[in-house]
Amino acid sequence: MDLFEYQARDLFEKYEIPVLAGIVADTPEEVEAAAAKIGGTVVVKAQVKAGGRGKAGGVKVAHSPEEAREVSEKIFGLDIKGHIVKRVMVAQGASIDKEYYFSVLLDRSNRTFLALCSVEGGMEIEQLAEERPEALAKVPVDAVKGIDLAMATSIAKQGGFDDATAAKVAPVIVKLYEVFVKEDATLVEVNPLVETKDGKILALDGKVTFDDNAEFRHERAEMERDVLDPLEAKAKAWDLNYVKLDGEVGIIGNGAGLVMSTLDVVAYAGERHGGVRPANFLDIGGGASAEVMANGLDVILGDPQVKSVFVNVFGGITACDAVANGIVGALEKLGASASKPLVVRLDGNNVAEGRRILAERNHPLVTVVETMDEAADKAAELANR
Amino acid sequence: MAIFLDENSKIIVQGMTGSEGMKHTARMLKGGSNIVGGVNPRKAGETVEIDGKVLPVFGTVAEAMAATGANVSVIFVPPAFAKAAVVEAIDAEIGLAVVITEGIPVHDSASFWAYSCSKGNKTRIIGPNCPGIISPGKSNAGITPADITGPGPIGLVSKSGTLTYQMMFELRDIGMSTAIGIGGDPIIGTTHIDALAAFQADPETKAIVLIGEIGGDSEEKAAAYIKEHVTKPVVAYVAGFTAPEGKTMGHAGAIVSGSAGTAQAKKEAFEAAGVKVGKTPSETAALMREVYAAL
Repeated sequence: MDLFEYQARDLFEKYEIPVLAGIVADTPEEVEAAAAKIGGTVVVKAQVKAGGRGKAGGVKVAHSPEEAREVSEKIFGLDIKGHIVKRVMVAQGASIDKEYYFSVLLDRSNRTFLALCSVEGGMEIEQLAEERPEALAKVPVDAVKGIDLAMATSIAKQGGFDDATAAKVAPVIVKLYEVFVKEDATLVEVNPLVETKDGKILALDGKVTFDDNAEFRHERAEMERDVLDPLEAKAKAWDLNYVKLDGEVGIIGNGAGLVMSTLDVVAYAGERHGGVRPANFLDIGGGASAEVMANGLDVILGDPQVKSVFVNVFGGITACDAVANGIVGALEKLGASASKPLVVRLDGNNVAEGRRILAERNHPLVTVVETMDEAADKAAELANR
Repeated sequence: MAIFLDENSKIIVQGMTGSEGMKHTARMLKGGSNIVGGVNPRKAGETVEIDGKVLPVFGTVAEAMAATGANVSVIFVPPAFAKAAVVEAIDAEIGLAVVITEGIPVHDSASFWAYSCSKGNKTRIIGPNCPGIISPGKSNAGITPADITGPGPIGLVSKSGTLTYQMMFELRDIGMSTAIGIGGDPIIGTTHIDALAAFQADPETKAIVLIGEIGGDSEEKAAAYIKEHVTKPVVAYVAGFTAPEGKTMGHAGAIVSGSAGTAQAKKEAFEAAGVKVGKTPSETAALMREVYAAL
């Protein structure tokens, strides 16, 4: 889960990382009140999870509460890379002297953590890494040893800080690493990390990503989440692993790899059938019970773009007869709402019995096809009719 | 021969007394694996009867090893306790720890991997979030169905469980030396490269199928490794060409971030290393058949 800037700010504050005052607002009136409360010059910042907010007109300075309200009226409703601005943060203004960069993230490639640090902050980090790679320190962090003050000082110096500034930045780095570990983050980025004209270090803008696998040990129920696509929300309520795409062939399969593969095979088949594409990713996992199958079908059939459904199951742990019973049960459960053709491919454990069950039921919507490639072709053909 | 797991493997199960542990211990026993006991500190000293076999439960991995001579542990412990279970296996210096558990926080995996490195990696870790490893006809440590294929000359390494099963099924008339599912998490123990190196060294393995998916750079690294070090024929498959950027596709590690980790980049890396890449699992199996016929 990616945090909004204001959530990152609040989180940093909780960990005593120096941040500026910031108040979220959902209406121009709230903006005015927030600006009055903060006082002086404020910055009104669109709260969307997209880069390039400044360029898109989503960040504006205001010198009075009235002006804050006026600029916010132009920010609310802005479309920034497909994200509509519904919320802003009114942040205290600051007189910035220098802009720096720091982040710590999961480094998959080296199976460890990585700290990135530079005295040259402010611009997008990808741009910095490309244009001035020598200015960006990349320091591996041992997941057991972590970042103590000495390590933080070393990271800062490698990032090009002089001794005096490194001494000021290092304690902030230690705290940012504390956020990274205690909050189970896979990314904690501060860009820019600024030094004000009176010599203070501040985390001006933060980006934080949490590890979804670690949600069980954190209390975050109250936290604002991204608004899910309605079908994704429905799938989530049933604990189904579903991702909405924008094609015409609904996909149900077991196992993440097989489902990804199924999407690809359907896309290839679609090239022969009017360019139809997969409509979704849906992994029903190892145990394909009738209930799970019915829930999955229910979600997919709720997608008005879907013209046909491809059920692709390899019977490993779950035998194919159980899967076939699941499909039959699901169709019975859904009744008339199951209105689109289903192409079913079963293979593996007990496949003969599974196919026999489907043949015996002989449901008018169901076509059983032997191989994955042929079934994908059939599903694409049906979606193109 | 086979890699990492063979007829001499003596297996214990950490989390054997839980529902997943019980179910899969029974399946492994049925498939012929030599399971010698389980570990659960709260049930130490008890015995559990699974599928007609009475298995002792030990308090720790070290005790289980001392009493049974176990050299493999399969871990079914829930995510919240998995890190402690893996650390315990590392401390006991068991030869192989197969971590089946799905949903382990990545900080925990990073932490046990760093710990393993600091201890000299004496324990080979497979997983987490994987189906485990099977050397057909010899032993099965994990949840792979034991009866898909018999022993044979093909080695298989894959990030995905069901694609492992699918490929074993497609090539069941030829058979496999070992099929290993390395798991779909961002941080895993055994990598594609580790399996390639072992298959290259294994005289029974004549050809290798490698299955990858979007996310990370394990496939790109494997391609570079194959070019330098693998003389046996390798055929590859990559899943996730149609996956959108920024969305996790089932596996925690299956995500395209910006332009990194795309299936296209992985395919190109393999092809640049002279590895044939199948467009679908069936086409990949067909490519392997051609390779095998020419051996």
